[in-house]
Amino acid sequence: MDRIPILRMGQFLLVTIQIDLYDRLAVNLESDLVQMVSKTGARGVLIDISALTIVDSFMGRILGNIGNMSKIMDAETVVVGMQPAVAITLIELGLELQGVSTALNVEKGMLYLQEKIGNQIEAADDEDGVE
Amino acid sequence: MKVDVSKLLRKKKKEIFESWLNNQLVDETLREDLISNEEMREQSNALLDTLLNSISNTNIAEPSSPEFESVNEILQGLSISRARQGFSPRETGAFIYSLKDAIIHVLQLEIPNDPVLLYELMLKISRLFDRFGVVTFETFIQGREEVILRQTSEITEISTPVIRVWDGILALPIIGTLDSSRTQVVMEALLQEIVETSSSIAILDISGVPAVDSLVAQHLIKTVAATRLMGAECIISGIRPEIAQTIVHLGIDLSKIMTKSSLASALKYSFSLLQLEVRKTQKEKTNIIHG
Repeated sequence: MDRIPILRMGQFLLVTIQIDLYDRLAVNLESDLVQMVSKTGARGVLIDISALTIVDSFMGRILGNIGNMSKIMDAETVVVGMQPAVAITLIELGLELQGVSTALNVEKGMLYLQEKIGNQIEAADDEDGVE
Repeated sequence: MKVDVSKLLRKKKKEIFESWLNNQLVDETLREDLISNEEMREQSNALLDTLLNSISNTNIAEPSSPEFESVNEILQGLSISRARQGFSPRETGAFIYSLKDAIIHVLQLEIPNDPVLLYELMLKISRLFDRFGVVTFETFIQGREEVILRQTSEITEISTPVIRVWDGILALPIIGTLDSSRTQVVMEALLQEIVETSSSIAILDISGVPAVDSLVAQHLIKTVAATRLMGAECIISGIRPEIAQTIVHLGIDLSKIMTKSSLASALKYSFSLLQLEVRKTQKEKTNIIHG
């Protein structure tokens, strides 16, 4: 069965969706990703959907789900490289992906994650120092 | 008494032509500024020639006969060109209806003793020319509509320029009312430009939008949400006091959207987001230094 590879980059997980998602694949991705977050203790998840040209309400919900699930497991999710047509479709479907951060491309997404997670780690270190 | 109408008309072509031209010239709606005498003469001659060639004793009673196709074509061509030149419908109509007057006038002179026949012929001519009149007006309106359509698309294109005001900052001044189709165009243009320039901030300036109702606000919110999905920030600027009042009275929630009163303040805010700074140089000249 097809699976979408989930790559580990330090504290982050990188998922690049290169093919159009069908429902089964999306459900698998959702469960695999949550498993990976738990297994690796990743602090951030970056999903690159720049190659995705077709999106429906189910896919939109899966993306939102992944974001919310990761958040519960203390990992920040960034969706990057959304195509204009996909963005318009999602908005017309009423899916605004609340709870998911977005960035223009992988580079900016990584920068965002590093900034966000980095700050959190620093803050945690500071707290440790105070103790 | 049997009269060959087509032959009669062909024989009297010169009289008809002169009378028609005369009719057109004395008509008070004549537009000498739009069309020259020679041009009118030429057009009239071409139409009359074709008409007299197509007309026969049988088809004079059948306005929809295919033999009048060439007449209709000429009429359509004239009508469309007149619509584009800016003739009024009345002026365009006068052209074809004055020919009817001329033909009837000639018939009256030629058939003085047979009122029944004359009446019958006039009825037929009348019907034929009504048909021509309809064709004329149909094409005239079609020509006008083409002009309107072209202008509409031009306005849509002109009114949605995406401006790159700074590295990573796009501005989109919206002028005129936002409806669904325009929002679509605006949204697509903006999102496409965001991808192409990989800008992280977009400023929607609505100072040129005359009124904001709940529908327009809905469109704005959609555009902002779509920009956010792409990974860029969207700021709405140029909200006039009246518009702020309307928005609050309508109960529209813009609290999740960054709003600024002017493009300048939106730009200032964008600079602070991108960690840029605007400073005066020693020589008291405004310059921008990357911070």
